[in-house]
Amino acid sequence: MSVPVLWRDLRRFTPARVALGRVGNGLPTDAQLAFQAAHAAARDAVQAVLDIPALQADLRQVGLAASVVHSACPDRRTFLLRPDLGRRLRDTAGLPLAPGCLAILLCDGLSAAAVQRHAPPLLGHLAGRLERMGPIAIAVQGRVALGDEVGDAVGAEAILVLIGERPGLTAPDSLGAYLTWQPKRGCTDAERNCVSNIRPDGLPTAAAADKLLWLIMRMRALRLSGVGLKDEQPAISQAGLDQGRSIPAVGP
Amino acid sequence: MPYRHDLAGTRYVFPDLKTLLARATPFRSGDALAGVAAASASERVAAQMALADLPLQTLLEEVVIPYEDDDVTRLILDRHDIAAFAPIAHLTVGGFRDFLLAEATPEILTALRLGLTPEMVVAVSKIMRLQDLIAVAAKCRVTTAFRNTIGLPGRLSVRLQPNHPVDDPHGVAASTLDGLLLGAGDAVIGVNPATDSVAATTTLLHLLDAVRDRYAIPTQTCVLAHVTTTLRCMAAGAPVDLVFQSIGGSEAANRSFGITLSLLHEAHEAALALRRGTVGQNVMYFETGQGSALSAEAHHGVDQQTIEARAYAVARVFSPLLVNTVVGFIGPEYLYDGKQIIRAGMEDHFCGKLLGLPMGVDICYTNHAEADQDDMDTLLTLLGVAGVTYIIGVPGADDVMLSYQSTSFHDALFLRGMLGLRPAPEFEIWLERMGIAAGTAERIPAKLAPALVGLA
Repeated sequence: MSVPVLWRDLRRFTPARVALGRVGNGLPTDAQLAFQAAHAAARDAVQAVLDIPALQADLRQVGLAASVVHSACPDRRTFLLRPDLGRRLRDTAGLPLAPGCLAILLCDGLSAAAVQRHAPPLLGHLAGRLERMGPIAIAVQGRVALGDEVGDAVGAEAILVLIGERPGLTAPDSLGAYLTWQPKRGCTDAERNCVSNIRPDGLPTAAAADKLLWLIMRMRALRLSGVGLKDEQPAISQAGLDQGRSIPAVGP
Repeated sequence: MPYRHDLAGTRYVFPDLKTLLARATPFRSGDALAGVAAASASERVAAQMALADLPLQTLLEEVVIPYEDDDVTRLILDRHDIAAFAPIAHLTVGGFRDFLLAEATPEILTALRLGLTPEMVVAVSKIMRLQDLIAVAAKCRVTTAFRNTIGLPGRLSVRLQPNHPVDDPHGVAASTLDGLLLGAGDAVIGVNPATDSVAATTTLLHLLDAVRDRYAIPTQTCVLAHVTTTLRCMAAGAPVDLVFQSIGGSEAANRSFGITLSLLHEAHEAALALRRGTVGQNVMYFETGQGSALSAEAHHGVDQQTIEARAYAVARVFSPLLVNTVVGFIGPEYLYDGKQIIRAGMEDHFCGKLLGLPMGVDICYTNHAEADQDDMDTLLTLLGVAGVTYIIGVPGADDVMLSYQSTSFHDALFLRGMLGLRPAPEFEIWLERMGIAAGTAERIPAKLAPALVGLA
């Protein structure tokens, strides 16, 4: 490629909003309205509802079945204001016992579209390569820590939670994957490993599956997850573990 | 000890200090979530009146988290400077408010710092309006230095935050160049890594150091990885200017971040030993934010603003170059809308400054909060008037890795332009030398040739 000489040439290197131009110290009108449109799309994504039958059908396409559970949140507003209820199961009915496995929970989180679109292909890449893959559950109005209760109820040695991340302006459908060893109520976020930004223009599902398989292998070898399990795999390390701003539970 | 106040024929009773502080706090969703908020507007004002009558001395005698249970409480009380406190030891919280507004000068406030505890500054903030928080914060002088000088009067610095969804070096470099061309980067060029690994962090550290070196920028760089990652990078010889860490206001909150005070001391010593600063040796960078303790169930029934201010007591032990509250990042369950975010941002800036910290604010919101660009403009302008040390700059206000909206490079230019604020002096000279000051040309100045930093 040619050497960039114009400001706008920087755009080819990043999806960030670089080289927007300036009117006085403000944004040009087109950039200003493009931002507003992206914010509107993200706001709408937060309110979208998970289509469970369609998700189950997509999972069947890759040979997987999933049961359905509910968090203690009755609706979206409660979900947004009461994270404590989003971490609790309404009941454990429908969850099978599967001691010693890696259980999997799919949660709408803050973007139903992320789970809807990216969870089936990601699980398709994992299935067959993952030892002791346990039961899959789908939860609505759920947060990451809901997996602690699900994993505990199932008797799993670990839980993988695939959850819709907080919609951003460029990515209203970004999926996050959280691994927790020996899940139980009260686990902190420092005890989890996260692979984030799973979507076609971020970390594609095939690469995310490779990364997760490596982490799961290390987790099982070390018998722990979280800050004690560093991501030191070579080569494919370019993506999504532990968003650097580590305020707990900031995500879903 | 119980506190009580009669208001309009009703007696309100608050069983202990932490309850009194919580009930006196302007409403926010996180305190309601924790079950500590006032039940009515009248109860809130009654609590504020009771708080105003409270002697400051009481805030040294009654604690919000027991001394024996919490190393942050121990740090606050063990390091309290009685001599510095003496000039205000006779005041009530209400009297302290009057003193801050009427009598306190920049010199008096500097001398007072180590005599103040987080509980004192939050208590007085709870009976202050935004204009009070602005008037007093604007009198605080906090200056720090590493390769430039941050916090001088009439200056506004910007953290250039060139995040990229997968830490692509070209992407980070492009956003960095975009920010430099718009006058940002004097606080720090600081990347949140998408991948918190030694390898990825090391790659980014070398990239940022190369950019700084090739353009000869008088600033500092940082990769905001976990402190344990940064320690390992330093041990391996990576170019670490600043050690970053998120911190909280209780021992349990810090445990949830995977840190202890001794780990922070270890990192502080390691960074000092590198001697990379040229005009100063402030080597730590901390981030905080209301709600993090509650989200980790590490709040001990204390309101989120009080726990937040206690994190500042942790920060100041390490003489940081930069501290910022990431005020709107955590979400609507803690700060529901623009009004709550604005109030919290102003409180955090005030409390941090009064305690002597180089306080910046990440003026921000998420897409699940009831907030928008208008709210951010309001908070930005208020903070500018209050003398905020630095703000965040991301391209077009859109962080494509962390999925939230912060302030843009343009926002910083707006604020500098409206209020006549200038960048850090060393950086300002550099901007002029590089021909960036105008910043409207379509062509990138030759001295900032992208090829110099590997963009080709």
